[in-house]
Amino acid sequence: MKARLMQGNEACAEGAIAAGVRFFAGYPITPSTEIAETMARMLPLCGGKFLQMEDEIASMGAILGASLAGVKSMDATSGPGFSLKQELIGYGAVAEIPCVLVNVQRVGPSTGQPTAPSQGDVMQVRWGTHGDHPIIALSPWSVRETYDATVMAVNYSERFRTPVILLMDEIVGHLRERVELPDSVEIYPRRQPKKTRAEGYQPYEPDEDLVPNIADFGKGYHIHVTGLIHDETGFPVGSPEVTEKSIRRLHEKIARVGEEIIHTYEYCMEDAEYAVVAFGGTARTAYETVRRMREQGKKVGMLRLMTIWPFADAAIKRVAKKVKGIVVAELNYGQIVHEVRRAAEGRCEVALCGKYNMKAFEPEEIEEAVKAMMEGGANK
Amino acid sequence: MKKELRFSGSGGQGVITAAIIYAEAAVDEGKEAVQSQSYGPEARGGASKAEVILSDYKIYHPHITSPDVVLAMTQKAADKYYADLKENGLLIIDEDLVPNAPNFKNIVKIPITKIAAEQVGAALYSNIVALGAVTRLTDFLSFDAVKKAVENRVPKHTIDANVKALQLGWDAAKVW
Repeated sequence: MKARLMQGNEACAEGAIAAGVRFFAGYPITPSTEIAETMARMLPLCGGKFLQMEDEIASMGAILGASLAGVKSMDATSGPGFSLKQELIGYGAVAEIPCVLVNVQRVGPSTGQPTAPSQGDVMQVRWGTHGDHPIIALSPWSVRETYDATVMAVNYSERFRTPVILLMDEIVGHLRERVELPDSVEIYPRRQPKKTRAEGYQPYEPDEDLVPNIADFGKGYHIHVTGLIHDETGFPVGSPEVTEKSIRRLHEKIARVGEEIIHTYEYCMEDAEYAVVAFGGTARTAYETVRRMREQGKKVGMLRLMTIWPFADAAIKRVAKKVKGIVVAELNYGQIVHEVRRAAEGRCEVALCGKYNMKAFEPEEIEEAVKAMMEGGANK
Repeated sequence: MKKELRFSGSGGQGVITAAIIYAEAAVDEGKEAVQSQSYGPEARGGASKAEVILSDYKIYHPHITSPDVVLAMTQKAADKYYADLKENGLLIIDEDLVPNAPNFKNIVKIPITKIAAEQVGAALYSNIVALGAVTRLTDFLSFDAVKKAVENRVPKHTIDANVKALQLGWDAAKVW
Protein backbone atom coordinates (compact mmCIF):
# COMPACT_ATOMS: atom_id res chain seq x y z
CA MET A 1 0.00 0.00 0.00
CA LYS A 2 1.07 3.58 -0.65
CA ALA A 3 3.06 5.37 2.06
CA ARG A 4 1.08 7.88 4.07
CA LEU A 5 1.31 9.92 7.23
CA MET A 6 -0.68 8.20 9.95
CA GLN A 7 -1.20 8.64 13.66
CA GLY A 8 -0.63 5.79 16.15
CA ASN A 9 -4.24 5.94 17.33
CA GLU A 10 -5.48 5.81 13.73
CA ALA A 11 -3.23 2.82 13.03
CA CYS A 12 -4.74 1.06 16.04
CA ALA A 13 -8.26 1.53 14.68
CA GLU A 14 -7.25 0.48 11.17
CA GLY A 15 -5.46 -2.60 12.51
CA ALA A 16 -8.52 -3.59 14.53
CA ILE A 17 -10.75 -3.36 11.48
CA ALA A 18 -8.26 -5.32 9.36
CA ALA A 19 -8.22 -8.03 12.06
CA GLY A 20 -12.00 -8.33 11.90
CA VAL A 21 -13.20 -6.10 14.74
CA ARG A 22 -16.75 -5.03 13.90
CA PHE A 23 -17.90 -3.65 17.22
CA PHE A 24 -16.49 -0.78 19.24
CA ALA A 25 -18.00 0.63 22.39
CA GLY A 26 -16.23 3.40 24.21
CA TYR A 27 -16.26 6.55 26.26
CA PRO A 28 -13.67 8.77 24.59
CA ILE A 29 -10.80 10.07 26.69
CA THR A 30 -7.55 11.86 25.92
CA PRO A 31 -5.10 10.61 24.66
CA SER A 32 -7.07 7.71 23.15
CA THR A 33 -9.91 9.73 21.57
CA GLU A 34 -8.74 9.39 17.96
CA ILE A 35 -9.22 5.62 18.20
CA ALA A 36 -12.93 6.12 18.93
CA GLU A 37 -13.17 8.84 16.27
CA THR A 38 -11.59 6.61 13.62
CA MET A 39 -13.75 3.64 14.59
CA ALA A 40 -16.88 5.84 14.46
CA ARG A 41 -15.94 6.87 10.94
CA MET A 42 -14.81 3.49 9.60
CA LEU A 43 -17.00 0.84 11.27
CA PRO A 44 -20.27 1.82 9.57
CA LEU A 45 -18.48 1.56 6.21
CA CYS A 46 -17.67 -2.12 6.74
CA GLY A 47 -20.91 -3.30 8.36
CA GLY A 48 -19.74 -2.73 11.93
CA LYS A 49 -21.30 -0.90 14.84
CA PHE A 50 -19.93 1.97 16.92
CA LEU A 51 -21.49 2.86 20.26
CA GLN A 52 -20.56 5.80 22.43
CA MET A 53 -21.64 4.57 25.85
CA GLU A 54 -22.67 6.48 28.96
CA ASP A 55 -19.42 5.65 30.76
CA GLU A 56 -16.31 3.50 30.77
CA ILE A 57 -17.78 0.58 32.69
CA ALA A 58 -20.75 0.30 30.35
CA SER A 59 -18.36 0.37 27.37
CA MET A 60 -16.45 -2.61 28.68
CA GLY A 61 -19.72 -4.44 29.39
CA ALA A 62 -20.91 -3.73 25.86
CA ILE A 63 -17.83 -5.21 24.18
CA LEU A 64 -18.07 -8.35 26.35
CA GLY A 65 -21.72 -8.72 25.33
CA ALA A 66 -21.01 -8.15 21.66
CA SER A 67 -18.15 -10.64 21.74
CA LEU A 68 -20.39 -13.30 23.33
CA ALA A 69 -22.76 -12.69 20.42
CA GLY A 70 -19.94 -13.56 18.02
CA VAL A 71 -18.59 -10.16 16.96
CA LYS A 72 -14.94 -9.29 17.46
CA SER A 73 -14.94 -6.31 19.79
CA MET A 74 -12.67 -3.54 21.04
CA ASP A 75 -12.74 -0.65 23.50
CA ALA A 76 -10.14 2.09 24.00
CA THR A 77 -9.44 4.27 27.01
CA SER A 78 -6.74 5.85 29.15
CA GLY A 79 -5.77 5.48 32.83
CA PRO A 80 -8.92 6.85 34.50
CA GLY A 81 -11.15 4.67 32.31
CA PHE A 82 -8.84 1.70 32.62
CA SER A 83 -9.26 1.82 36.41
CA LEU A 84 -13.03 1.71 36.03
CA LYS A 85 -12.95 -1.30 33.72
CA GLN A 86 -10.95 -3.56 36.03
CA GLU A 87 -13.90 -5.56 37.37
CA LEU A 88 -15.10 -6.44 33.88
CA ILE A 89 -11.59 -7.34 32.70
CA GLY A 90 -11.62 -10.02 35.40
CA TYR A 91 -15.07 -11.09 34.25
CA GLY A 92 -13.77 -11.42 30.69
CA ALA A 93 -10.82 -13.48 31.93
CA VAL A 94 -12.86 -15.98 33.96
CA ALA A 95 -15.79 -16.18 31.54
CA GLU A 96 -13.24 -16.49 28.69
CA ILE A 97 -14.61 -13.75 26.46
CA PRO A 98 -12.29 -12.58 23.65
CA CYS A 99 -11.88 -8.80 23.48
CA VAL A 100 -9.21 -6.14 23.07
CA LEU A 101 -8.92 -3.19 25.43
CA VAL A 102 -6.58 -0.38 24.42
CA ASN A 103 -5.05 1.78 27.14
CA VAL A 104 -3.25 4.84 25.77
CA GLN A 105 -1.40 5.78 28.93
CA ARG A 106 -1.28 9.30 30.33
CA VAL A 107 0.08 10.70 33.59
CA GLY A 108 -1.74 9.45 36.70
CA PRO A 109 -2.80 8.75 39.35
CA SER A 110 -6.46 9.66 38.95
CA THR A 111 -7.15 12.17 36.15
CA GLY A 112 -3.48 13.20 36.49
CA GLN A 113 -2.22 15.06 33.43
CA PRO A 114 -4.63 14.35 30.56
CA THR A 115 -2.41 15.26 27.61
CA ALA A 116 1.01 14.17 28.90
CA PRO A 117 2.83 10.88 28.29
CA SER A 118 3.43 8.19 30.90
CA GLN A 119 4.02 4.47 31.19
CA GLY A 120 2.57 4.19 34.66
CA ASP A 121 -0.09 1.53 34.08
CA VAL A 122 2.25 -1.42 33.55
CA MET A 123 1.45 -3.06 36.85
CA GLN A 124 -2.24 -2.21 36.74
CA VAL A 125 -2.46 -4.07 33.45
CA ARG A 126 -1.05 -7.12 35.21
CA TRP A 127 -2.77 -6.94 38.60
CA GLY A 128 -5.52 -4.33 38.34
CA THR A 129 -8.35 -6.81 38.47
CA HIS A 130 -8.51 -9.04 41.51
CA GLY A 131 -7.69 -12.71 41.79
CA ASP A 132 -5.33 -14.98 39.89
CA HIS A 133 -5.77 -14.44 36.19
CA PRO A 134 -3.59 -14.47 33.11
CA ILE A 135 -3.19 -11.38 30.94
CA ILE A 136 -1.58 -10.61 27.60
CA ALA A 137 -0.33 -7.06 27.02
CA LEU A 138 1.49 -5.65 24.00
CA SER A 139 3.23 -2.27 23.81
CA PRO A 140 4.12 -0.97 20.32
CA TRP A 141 6.86 1.61 19.64
CA SER A 142 5.86 2.91 16.21
CA VAL A 143 2.78 3.69 14.18
CA ARG A 144 3.33 0.67 11.94
CA GLU A 145 3.91 -1.61 14.92
CA THR A 146 0.71 -0.26 16.51
CA TYR A 147 -1.17 -1.56 13.47
CA ASP A 148 0.57 -4.95 13.68
CA ALA A 149 0.21 -5.23 17.46
CA THR A 150 -3.51 -4.47 17.26
CA VAL A 151 -3.97 -7.26 14.72
CA MET A 152 -1.93 -9.53 17.00
CA ALA A 153 -4.00 -8.51 20.05
CA VAL A 154 -7.26 -9.34 18.27
CA ASN A 155 -5.86 -12.69 17.12
CA TYR A 156 -4.52 -13.62 20.55
CA SER A 157 -7.81 -12.69 22.22
CA GLU A 158 -9.65 -15.02 19.84
CA ARG A 159 -7.14 -17.83 20.02
CA PHE A 160 -6.88 -17.88 23.83
CA ARG A 161 -10.39 -16.51 24.49
CA THR A 162 -9.12 -13.90 26.89
CA PRO A 163 -9.02 -10.11 27.16
CA VAL A 164 -5.85 -8.70 25.59
CA ILE A 165 -4.55 -5.26 26.53
CA LEU A 166 -2.89 -3.06 23.93
CA LEU A 167 -0.73 -0.93 26.21
CA MET A 168 0.02 2.19 24.22
CA ASP A 169 1.38 5.50 25.45
CA GLU A 170 0.66 9.10 24.48
CA ILE A 171 3.96 9.31 22.59
CA VAL A 172 3.05 6.63 20.07
CA GLY A 173 -0.72 7.22 20.23
CA HIS A 174 -0.40 10.83 19.10
CA LEU A 175 2.68 10.43 16.92
CA ARG A 176 2.20 10.75 13.21
CA GLU A 177 4.75 9.13 10.95
CA ARG A 178 5.24 7.67 7.53
CA VAL A 179 3.79 4.19 7.23
CA GLU A 180 3.09 1.62 4.58
CA LEU A 181 0.36 -0.78 5.66
CA PRO A 182 0.04 -4.36 4.39
CA ASP A 183 -2.73 -5.17 1.90
CA SER A 184 -4.03 -7.98 4.09
CA VAL A 185 -3.34 -9.60 7.45
CA GLU A 186 -3.71 -13.08 8.90
CA ILE A 187 -6.86 -13.44 10.94
CA TYR A 188 -7.60 -15.94 13.70
CA PRO A 189 -11.27 -16.85 13.20
CA ARG A 190 -13.78 -17.09 16.03
CA ARG A 191 -13.58 -20.59 17.56
CA GLN A 192 -16.60 -22.77 16.88
CA PRO A 193 -18.10 -25.77 18.73
CA LYS A 194 -16.78 -29.13 17.50
CA LYS A 195 -19.72 -31.13 18.83
CA THR A 196 -23.48 -30.87 18.61
CA ARG A 197 -25.69 -30.86 21.68
CA ALA A 198 -26.61 -34.49 20.90
CA GLU A 199 -22.90 -35.36 20.96
CA GLY A 200 -22.63 -33.91 24.47
CA TYR A 201 -21.39 -30.39 23.75
CA GLN A 202 -20.26 -28.53 26.85
CA PRO A 203 -19.43 -24.83 26.30
CA TYR A 204 -16.50 -24.73 28.74
CA GLU A 205 -15.00 -28.10 27.83
CA PRO A 206 -11.40 -27.28 26.90
CA ASP A 207 -10.03 -28.25 23.51
CA GLU A 208 -6.55 -29.82 23.17
CA ASP A 209 -4.98 -26.37 23.55
CA LEU A 210 -6.89 -25.93 26.84
CA VAL A 211 -9.14 -23.23 25.33
CA PRO A 212 -12.91 -23.92 25.25
CA ASN A 213 -14.89 -23.56 22.03
CA ILE A 214 -17.75 -21.57 23.51
CA ALA A 215 -20.64 -21.19 21.09
CA ASP A 216 -21.67 -17.65 20.26
CA PHE A 217 -25.06 -16.59 21.56
CA GLY A 218 -27.79 -17.18 19.02
CA LYS A 219 -26.16 -20.18 17.36
CA GLY A 220 -28.61 -22.67 18.87
CA TYR A 221 -26.69 -23.74 21.95
CA HIS A 222 -27.66 -23.25 25.57
CA ILE A 223 -25.00 -21.05 27.09
CA HIS A 224 -24.63 -19.81 30.64
CA VAL A 225 -21.98 -17.18 31.39
CA THR A 226 -20.94 -16.23 34.88
CA GLY A 227 -18.13 -14.62 36.82
CA LEU A 228 -18.42 -17.37 39.41
CA ILE A 229 -16.07 -20.30 39.07
CA HIS A 230 -17.88 -22.79 36.85
CA ASP A 231 -17.43 -26.28 35.48
CA GLU A 232 -17.56 -27.33 31.83
CA THR A 233 -21.32 -26.70 31.66
CA GLY A 234 -20.71 -23.03 32.46
CA PHE A 235 -22.77 -23.20 35.67
CA PRO A 236 -21.25 -22.30 39.06
CA VAL A 237 -19.77 -25.06 41.18
CA GLY A 238 -18.57 -24.67 44.76
CA SER A 239 -15.96 -27.40 44.62
CA PRO A 240 -12.26 -27.11 45.55
CA GLU A 241 -11.29 -29.47 42.71
CA VAL A 242 -13.15 -27.52 40.01
CA THR A 243 -11.83 -24.21 41.37
CA GLU A 244 -8.23 -25.37 41.33
CA LYS A 245 -8.60 -26.96 37.90
CA SER A 246 -10.27 -23.83 36.45
CA ILE A 247 -7.68 -21.38 37.73
CA ARG A 248 -4.83 -23.63 36.62
CA ARG A 249 -6.31 -24.01 33.14
CA LEU A 250 -6.81 -20.23 32.74
CA HIS A 251 -3.08 -19.79 33.32
CA GLU A 252 -1.91 -22.88 31.46
CA LYS A 253 -3.80 -22.12 28.23
CA ILE A 254 -1.47 -19.13 27.75
CA ALA A 255 1.65 -20.34 29.60
CA ARG A 256 1.81 -23.54 27.50
CA VAL A 257 2.71 -21.60 24.33
CA GLY A 258 5.69 -20.07 26.15
CA GLU A 259 7.94 -17.82 24.10
CA GLU A 260 5.68 -17.87 21.06
CA ILE A 261 3.77 -14.79 22.17
CA ILE A 262 6.67 -13.03 23.89
CA HIS A 263 8.04 -10.59 21.34
CA THR A 264 11.31 -8.85 22.15
CA TYR A 265 13.85 -7.15 19.91
CA GLU A 266 17.57 -6.61 20.37
CA TYR A 267 19.64 -3.74 18.97
CA CYS A 268 23.46 -3.67 19.03
CA MET A 269 23.49 -6.46 21.61
CA GLU A 270 26.11 -8.72 19.96
CA ASP A 271 29.08 -7.33 21.90
CA ALA A 272 27.20 -5.13 24.38
CA GLU A 273 28.57 -4.74 27.90
CA TYR A 274 25.63 -2.64 29.05
CA ALA A 275 21.99 -2.83 27.98
CA VAL A 276 19.06 -0.47 28.07
CA VAL A 277 15.69 -2.18 28.50
CA ALA A 278 12.76 -0.11 27.25
CA PHE A 279 9.34 -0.41 25.65
CA GLY A 280 6.76 1.71 23.82
CA GLY A 281 7.60 5.32 22.92
CA THR A 282 10.51 5.39 25.36
CA ALA A 283 12.31 2.72 23.33
CA ARG A 284 12.58 5.17 20.41
CA THR A 285 14.58 7.53 22.57
CA ALA A 286 16.61 4.67 24.06
CA TYR A 287 17.48 3.63 20.49
CA GLU A 288 18.85 7.11 19.84
CA THR A 289 20.85 6.88 23.09
CA VAL A 290 22.38 3.58 21.98
CA ARG A 291 23.21 5.00 18.55
CA ARG A 292 24.97 8.01 20.08
CA MET A 293 26.89 5.93 22.61
CA ARG A 294 28.01 3.50 19.88
CA GLU A 295 29.41 6.52 17.99
CA GLN A 296 31.44 7.25 21.13
CA GLY A 297 32.75 3.66 21.03
CA LYS A 298 30.74 2.55 24.05
CA LYS A 299 29.49 -1.02 23.99
CA VAL A 300 25.84 -0.40 24.70
CA GLY A 301 22.81 -2.20 23.30
CA MET A 302 19.07 -2.27 23.80
CA LEU A 303 16.50 -4.93 24.53
CA ARG A 304 13.04 -3.74 23.58
CA LEU A 305 10.00 -5.44 25.06
CA MET A 306 6.96 -5.50 22.76
CA THR A 307 5.13 -8.12 24.79
CA ILE A 308 4.92 -6.70 28.31
CA TRP A 309 2.85 -9.57 29.75
CA PRO A 310 3.62 -12.45 30.00
CA PHE A 311 6.97 -11.02 31.04
CA ALA A 312 10.05 -11.75 28.93
CA ASP A 313 11.93 -13.67 31.63
CA ALA A 314 14.04 -15.66 29.16
CA ALA A 315 15.17 -12.59 27.19
CA ILE A 316 16.11 -10.70 30.37
CA LYS A 317 18.00 -13.73 31.65
CA ARG A 318 19.89 -14.02 28.35
CA VAL A 319 20.87 -10.35 28.44
CA ALA A 320 21.71 -10.40 32.17
CA LYS A 321 24.11 -13.31 31.62
CA LYS A 322 25.98 -11.32 29.00
CA VAL A 323 26.18 -7.72 30.25
CA LYS A 324 27.63 -5.99 33.29
CA GLY A 325 24.54 -3.91 33.84
CA ILE A 326 21.02 -3.11 32.67
CA VAL A 327 19.38 0.34 32.77
CA VAL A 328 15.59 0.20 32.63
CA ALA A 329 14.16 3.37 31.09
CA GLU A 330 10.47 3.87 31.77
CA LEU A 331 8.18 6.88 32.14
CA ASN A 332 7.10 6.14 35.70
CA TYR A 333 8.40 5.91 39.27
CA GLY A 334 9.70 2.37 38.68
CA GLN A 335 7.50 -0.55 37.62
CA ILE A 336 8.93 -2.87 34.97
CA VAL A 337 12.36 -2.46 36.62
CA HIS A 338 11.17 -4.77 39.40
CA GLU A 339 10.33 -7.48 36.88
CA VAL A 340 13.68 -7.01 35.15
CA ARG A 341 15.49 -7.30 38.48
CA ARG A 342 13.54 -10.44 39.37
CA ALA A 343 14.28 -12.06 36.01
CA ALA A 344 17.97 -11.02 36.10
CA GLU A 345 18.33 -12.98 39.36
CA GLY A 346 21.37 -10.98 40.46
CA ARG A 347 23.40 -11.86 37.34
CA CYS A 348 24.09 -8.18 36.68
CA GLU A 349 23.39 -4.77 38.11
CA VAL A 350 19.91 -3.39 37.34
CA ALA A 351 19.13 0.33 37.67
CA LEU A 352 16.05 2.43 37.04
CA CYS A 353 16.02 5.47 34.79
CA GLY A 354 12.54 6.74 35.62
CA LYS A 355 10.77 9.96 34.71
CA TYR A 356 7.37 11.27 35.79
CA ASN A 357 7.20 15.00 35.01
CA MET A 358 4.92 15.05 31.92
CA LYS A 359 7.91 15.06 29.57
CA ALA A 360 9.10 12.21 27.41
CA PHE A 361 12.76 11.20 27.73
CA GLU A 362 15.58 13.03 25.98
CA PRO A 363 18.38 10.78 24.69
CA GLU A 364 20.91 12.47 27.03
CA GLU A 365 18.94 11.49 30.11
CA ILE A 366 19.18 7.79 29.35
CA GLU A 367 22.80 8.27 28.29
CA GLU A 368 23.60 9.81 31.68
CA ALA A 369 21.98 6.86 33.48
CA VAL A 370 24.06 4.37 31.45
CA LYS A 371 27.25 6.36 32.03
CA ALA A 372 26.54 6.56 35.76
CA MET A 373 26.25 2.78 35.82
CA MET A 374 29.49 2.39 33.81
CA GLU A 375 31.37 4.67 36.15
CA GLY A 376 29.87 3.07 39.24
CA GLY A 377 30.95 -0.32 37.93
CA ALA A 378 34.53 0.89 37.31
CA ASN A 379 34.84 2.06 40.92
CA LYS A 380 33.92 -1.31 42.35
CA MET B 1 19.32 15.66 5.58
CA LYS B 2 17.50 16.07 8.87
CA LYS B 3 15.37 19.14 9.61
CA GLU B 4 13.42 20.00 12.72
CA LEU B 5 10.48 22.43 12.69
CA ARG B 6 8.36 23.74 15.53
CA PHE B 7 4.93 25.31 14.95
CA SER B 8 3.72 27.14 18.06
CA GLY B 9 0.84 29.33 19.11
CA SER B 10 -2.38 29.16 21.01
CA GLY B 11 -5.04 26.44 20.95
CA GLY B 12 -7.46 27.11 18.09
CA GLN B 13 -4.96 28.82 15.77
CA GLY B 14 -4.43 25.61 13.85
CA VAL B 15 -0.70 25.19 14.36
CA ILE B 16 -1.10 21.42 14.81
CA THR B 17 -3.08 21.19 11.58
CA ALA B 18 -0.39 23.18 9.77
CA ALA B 19 2.27 20.80 11.08
CA ILE B 20 0.27 17.74 10.00
CA ILE B 21 -0.17 19.14 6.49
CA TYR B 22 3.55 19.92 6.27
CA ALA B 23 4.43 16.36 7.37
CA GLU B 24 1.93 14.89 4.89
CA ALA B 25 3.60 16.84 2.11
CA ALA B 26 6.98 15.49 3.23
CA VAL B 27 5.74 11.89 3.04
CA ASP B 28 4.32 12.64 -0.39
CA GLU B 29 7.79 13.77 -1.46
CA GLY B 30 9.22 10.44 -0.28
CA LYS B 31 10.80 11.68 2.93
CA GLU B 32 10.63 10.17 6.37
CA ALA B 33 8.59 12.39 8.64
CA VAL B 34 7.30 12.34 12.19
CA GLN B 35 4.89 14.83 13.68
CA SER B 36 4.10 15.21 17.36
CA GLN B 37 2.39 17.80 19.50
CA SER B 38 1.85 19.00 22.98
CA TYR B 39 -1.07 20.99 24.21
CA GLY B 40 -2.97 21.76 27.39
CA PRO B 41 -6.34 20.29 28.33
CA GLU B 42 -8.17 23.40 27.04
CA ALA B 43 -9.92 23.28 23.66
CA ARG B 44 -9.13 26.95 22.99
CA GLY B 45 -6.55 29.35 24.29
CA GLY B 46 -4.01 27.11 25.98
CA ALA B 47 -0.46 26.84 24.72
CA SER B 48 -0.18 24.68 21.62
CA LYS B 49 2.93 23.32 19.98
CA ALA B 50 3.50 20.91 17.13
CA GLU B 51 6.77 19.51 15.87
CA VAL B 52 7.81 18.02 12.57
CA ILE B 53 11.06 16.20 11.86
CA LEU B 54 12.02 15.49 8.26
CA SER B 55 14.79 13.11 7.33
CA ASP B 56 16.12 10.91 4.57
CA TYR B 57 16.47 8.13 7.16
CA LYS B 58 14.17 6.48 9.67
CA ILE B 59 13.48 8.70 12.68
CA TYR B 60 13.53 7.11 16.13
CA HIS B 61 13.57 9.71 18.94
CA PRO B 62 10.44 11.58 17.85
CA HIS B 63 11.00 14.95 19.50
CA ILE B 64 13.03 17.98 18.46
CA THR B 65 16.34 18.55 20.17
CA SER B 66 17.26 21.82 18.47
CA PRO B 67 14.93 23.26 15.83
CA ASP B 68 15.96 24.61 12.44
CA VAL B 69 12.76 26.61 12.20
CA VAL B 70 10.34 27.99 14.77
CA LEU B 71 7.01 29.50 13.82
CA ALA B 72 5.48 31.55 16.65
CA MET B 73 1.90 32.78 16.35
CA THR B 74 1.67 34.37 19.81
CA GLN B 75 3.95 36.44 22.05
CA LYS B 76 3.93 33.67 24.65
CA ALA B 77 4.95 31.07 22.08
CA ALA B 78 7.71 33.31 20.71
CA ASP B 79 9.15 33.92 24.16
CA LYS B 80 9.01 30.27 25.12
CA TYR B 81 10.12 28.46 22.00
CA TYR B 82 12.86 30.38 20.18
CA ALA B 83 15.65 29.87 22.74
CA ASP B 84 16.83 26.44 21.59
CA LEU B 85 16.91 27.34 17.87
CA LYS B 86 20.04 26.30 16.00
CA GLU B 87 22.51 29.14 15.57
CA ASN B 88 21.65 29.43 11.89
CA GLY B 89 18.01 28.65 12.56
CA LEU B 90 15.05 30.77 11.54
CA LEU B 91 12.38 32.35 13.70
CA ILE B 92 9.13 33.26 11.91
CA ILE B 93 6.63 35.38 13.83
CA ASP B 94 3.21 36.92 13.34
CA GLU B 95 4.31 40.55 13.60
CA ASP B 96 0.98 41.79 15.01
CA LEU B 97 0.56 39.04 17.60
CA VAL B 98 4.22 39.13 18.65
CA PRO B 99 4.76 42.86 19.31
CA ASN B 100 7.96 42.29 21.29
CA ALA B 101 10.08 40.32 18.88
CA PRO B 102 12.74 38.17 20.55
CA ASN B 103 16.32 39.23 20.02
CA PHE B 104 17.31 36.61 17.46
CA LYS B 105 19.39 37.35 14.39
CA ASN B 106 17.42 35.37 11.79
CA ILE B 107 13.93 36.64 12.36
CA VAL B 108 11.18 37.01 9.79
CA LYS B 109 8.15 39.13 10.65
CA ILE B 110 5.00 38.60 8.64
CA PRO B 111 1.49 39.95 9.35
CA ILE B 112 0.17 36.39 9.14
CA THR B 113 -3.20 36.77 10.84
CA LYS B 114 -3.81 40.16 9.23
CA ILE B 115 -3.29 38.67 5.76
CA ALA B 116 -5.72 35.86 6.61
CA ALA B 117 -8.37 38.21 7.95
CA GLU B 118 -8.11 40.94 5.31
CA GLN B 119 -7.13 39.09 2.14
CA VAL B 120 -8.59 35.59 2.60
CA GLY B 121 -11.59 36.63 4.65
CA ALA B 122 -11.07 35.10 8.09
CA ALA B 123 -8.37 34.86 10.73
CA LEU B 124 -9.19 31.13 10.62
CA TYR B 125 -6.85 30.79 7.62
CA SER B 126 -3.82 32.16 9.45
CA ASN B 127 -2.30 28.71 9.92
CA ILE B 128 -2.31 28.11 6.16
CA VAL B 129 -0.88 31.57 5.46
CA ALA B 130 1.87 30.67 7.93
CA LEU B 131 2.36 27.32 6.19
CA GLY B 132 2.89 29.09 2.86
CA ALA B 133 5.53 31.33 4.45
CA VAL B 134 7.26 28.40 6.18
CA THR B 135 7.32 26.43 2.92
CA ARG B 136 9.01 29.26 1.03
CA LEU B 137 11.44 30.30 3.75
CA THR B 138 12.65 26.79 4.49
CA ASP B 139 12.76 25.41 0.97
CA PHE B 140 12.70 21.81 2.29
CA LEU B 141 9.54 20.91 0.38
CA SER B 142 8.03 22.04 -2.90
CA PHE B 143 5.09 24.43 -3.00
CA ASP B 144 3.14 21.92 -5.07
CA ALA B 145 3.54 19.11 -2.53
CA VAL B 146 2.33 21.36 0.28
CA LYS B 147 -0.52 22.67 -1.88
CA LYS B 148 -1.62 19.11 -2.63
CA ALA B 149 -1.48 18.23 1.08
CA VAL B 150 -3.60 21.29 1.91
CA GLU B 151 -6.19 20.26 -0.69
CA ASN B 152 -6.32 16.73 0.73
CA ARG B 153 -6.67 17.79 4.35
CA VAL B 154 -9.09 20.76 4.48
CA PRO B 155 -12.90 20.54 4.07
CA LYS B 156 -13.84 20.51 0.36
CA HIS B 157 -15.76 23.80 0.36
CA THR B 158 -12.74 25.60 1.82
CA ILE B 159 -10.12 24.35 -0.65
CA ASP B 160 -10.07 27.55 -2.75
CA ALA B 161 -9.76 29.83 0.28
CA ASN B 162 -7.02 27.67 1.79
CA VAL B 163 -5.03 27.50 -1.44
CA LYS B 164 -5.32 31.29 -1.66
CA ALA B 165 -4.08 31.55 1.94
CA LEU B 166 -1.13 29.31 1.13
CA GLN B 167 -0.24 31.41 -1.91
CA LEU B 168 -0.52 34.66 0.06
CA GLY B 169 1.76 33.27 2.77
CA TRP B 170 4.24 32.19 0.09
CA ASP B 171 4.10 35.65 -1.53
CA ALA B 172 4.50 37.45 1.78
CA ALA B 173 7.69 35.51 2.44
CA LYS B 174 9.13 36.69 -0.89
CA VAL B 175 10.43 39.98 0.46
CA TRP B 176 12.76 38.10 2.76
